[in-house]
Amino acid sequence: MDQLSALEDQSIYIFREAFNRIDKLAMLWSIGKDSNVMLWLARKAFFGHVPFPVVHVDTKHKIPEMIEFRDRMAREWKLDLIVGENSEALSEGMGPGRGRITCCTALKTEGLKAVIAQQGYTAVIAGIRRDEDGTRAKERVFSPRGLNSEWDFRDQPPEFWDQFKTSFPPGTSLRIHPILHWTELDVWKYIKRENIPTVDLYFSKNGKRYRSLGCAPCTAPAESTASTVDEIIAELERTKTSERSGRAQDKVSEDAFERLRAGGYM
Amino acid sequence: MNAMTPPRVTQRPLPIVIVGHVDHGKSTLVGRLLNDTGSLPEGKVEAVREMSRRRGMPFEWSFVMDALQAERDQGITIDTTQVRFETPTRPYVIIDAPGHKEFLKNMVTGAASADGALLLIDVTEGALEQSRRHAYLLHLLGVRQVAVVINKMDMCGFSEARYHEVTEGILGYLAEIGVTPSAVVPISARHGNNIVERCRHMDWYSGPTVVEALDAFHQPKSLTDRPLRLPVQDVYKLDERRIVAGRIESGHLKVGDTLVFLPGGRSAKIATIESWNEPEQRTRAVAGQSVGITLDQPIFVERGHIAAHPPKKPVETHTVRAHLFWLGHEPLRVGNAYTLKLATAEHDVTVQAIERVIDVEDLSGHTGDQVERNGVGEVVLHSRSAMVVDDFTEIARTGRAVLVDGYDVVGGCIIQQPHSDEMPARNLIASSHTVTPEERTWTNGHLGGILWFTGLSGSGKSTLAMALERELFRKGIQVYALDGDGVRQGLNFDLGFSPDDRSENIRRVAQVARLFAEAGMIVVTALISPTRADRAIARKIGGAFFHEIFIDADLEVCEGRDAKGLYKKARAGLIPEFTGISAPYEAPLTAELVLPAGREAVETCLADLASYVEAKLIRPARTGNRAQSA
Repeated sequence: MDQLSALEDQSIYIFREAFNRIDKLAMLWSIGKDSNVMLWLARKAFFGHVPFPVVHVDTKHKIPEMIEFRDRMAREWKLDLIVGENSEALSEGMGPGRGRITCCTALKTEGLKAVIAQQGYTAVIAGIRRDEDGTRAKERVFSPRGLNSEWDFRDQPPEFWDQFKTSFPPGTSLRIHPILHWTELDVWKYIKRENIPTVDLYFSKNGKRYRSLGCAPCTAPAESTASTVDEIIAELERTKTSERSGRAQDKVSEDAFERLRAGGYM
Repeated sequence: MNAMTPPRVTQRPLPIVIVGHVDHGKSTLVGRLLNDTGSLPEGKVEAVREMSRRRGMPFEWSFVMDALQAERDQGITIDTTQVRFETPTRPYVIIDAPGHKEFLKNMVTGAASADGALLLIDVTEGALEQSRRHAYLLHLLGVRQVAVVINKMDMCGFSEARYHEVTEGILGYLAEIGVTPSAVVPISARHGNNIVERCRHMDWYSGPTVVEALDAFHQPKSLTDRPLRLPVQDVYKLDERRIVAGRIESGHLKVGDTLVFLPGGRSAKIATIESWNEPEQRTRAVAGQSVGITLDQPIFVERGHIAAHPPKKPVETHTVRAHLFWLGHEPLRVGNAYTLKLATAEHDVTVQAIERVIDVEDLSGHTGDQVERNGVGEVVLHSRSAMVVDDFTEIARTGRAVLVDGYDVVGGCIIQQPHSDEMPARNLIASSHTVTPEERTWTNGHLGGILWFTGLSGSGKSTLAMALERELFRKGIQVYALDGDGVRQGLNFDLGFSPDDRSENIRRVAQVARLFAEAGMIVVTALISPTRADRAIARKIGGAFFHEIFIDADLEVCEGRDAKGLYKKARAGLIPEFTGISAPYEAPLTAELVLPAGREAVETCLADLASYVEAKLIRPARTGNRAQSA
């Protein structure tokens, strides 16, 4: 079996475990390439269906093309789309001007916590990957969060032989990571193989493209001439710069991303 | 699509784990491997050098690996990280398993998914307890490709003699646990000697470098040519289809194959292999694939069942013997109950026996009644429900399981040569029962029996019977206490306390107890049963099941307790023929067990009872003795 099929089969296995073991399940959809691949994998796992709601945490700072793409795909794929936000912070004018980490925490982390609480989800499926960052490398596939969504990376449950942690004390919330074992390159190769719709922003215009999509003020496009999926694959096979290099909030301090994640960020 | 792109075969990265003692230099080796194979992101080394300078610390290669603030603060790698590098031969994923003893669960988490391992040993220290523990776990987890790396050769002046000394020590140990390393590579991780580049200070060494040793590892053999095992994950009812979903753990299947689902053994043929967005309908699927199939018959199938091809079925059993590694905070003890998760099945199991606790230092085994955190042992587990298992060495995926205590995974089990419950003696048994006493014993994990308590009113019979019932129940034993007062309200409501009625009361209770015992249960009766003659009748009815247990407390003690106020009433003449006051009590002469309930605390008597039951009714069931029929 080739590598992409092996990755796909493992992800399908994780999706089916999550769906069987977790009562109130939802999937986070950032509109980025990773979560589009996840949606695709869910449809593979459940034979064309996505049997749980899909949650988008809207910071109102997202790049407009992303929102347009979201609404189009939600209609086409008949998704049960739930849009969450931290309306309190937004009404108080929260933005990166108050500090990038403060903004990320308020609009993304708190926005996510709010929608989890409102909808009463036991677990949310998130499209993070181990190769993205040192902190994500340490993640489990089924990763418990404390009452306040915080992540205790020092004391994670053992996880082996695909026996995931599926029972928790009341109040625990769970993050499930079906593409944790994929790389950025795997994602693009799979997009190519399966012909998965992707936001145009990833493709080069005027010598620049987005490698990672986030909020408009904090996500910068990178120098690139790659304007097709094939060209992106070729570019990634050569590059040695990291994927999140265009994400300003990670660079506030040496351990900024780690602190964001320990507080409940994806 | 760009026609210029050459077709690429994406190679699966080989997952490897690096294990060894906490201070023997794993992170340095990993940092160096990444650097020397040109696999680090641009600017990473410079960034770490800059960080070290800011913190006023000398640069270490291990810092490259230490992505987390907490790690640097604590000075030890705390969790499994996965990092990738590539040699000209193939890509790798390194699972940097931490060495600190407390973090064995992370080491297991990492090593369980590795296809090859480097066992790292500091030449100045040799193989320490932790090195051995890790080597032992590698073996237990089924990681068969191991290369030993002797680090810090610069610290011993690249001494060939010292290298041989350390090598001999570890090779001896590995040979004993059945591991033959592919190489023993002397290196200096700090200086990059014998990692990619050969070291000019060690020209006496002609074996492979670390990278050459890794490149010599084999990709694991495909499991497709093994017998089929398809554990059922879920059953979906979608668009009129009933799809049985699961991942093929070994073997292969095709449309038209007859599958048998265990436990139970129902069978049906594969009608279709379902999929979504694939160019053509699948007709065949192989190990590793997550599939959905439909069947030609609407048979009952649920999560936890394992599908196989009929001639090569897994074993269906209630009892398994397993190698175990224990990660729980509380020790594993005999009698404790856990949830066993094997493939997609879950079973409530109790620890029936700890056969060996293994000292990983010298590999000696000793008996014990508990396995401590981070310890290993051999245990016998008993399940109420039928487990479907394979021998780990035959089909690893269905020959291993985890134990869950409460919410947490607390251990891993490697199943050894499981045997089916079905006993050959089955056909020789009288036709009235299709279930034999032997089968009941196997299923229950203990013999049936009657524990016939006798003693004065107030001696503690009921208290002890109920406490024993709870204690045995906790151990997963089929137990029921028949209380004298309770029986008199139902079964024997028509009987009074005349000598004849008392005899009849005892006869009936003995008959009921006999039925319980034949049904495989341990029944505890708590009746005064004052006369030797009546107890002799009970013994005759109970036959080999019967155990007379004297709850010995003298009249003075019992009357002093008088919890039910009966002695007071009897003294006042309100209760006729009250044993001890107005009717005789004949202490037994032939009791199997005498409990000094008048002198000793309930807990002491309970412990005596529990060990008696263990010796007479539980242990014999495990050593092959059969339930005797009288």
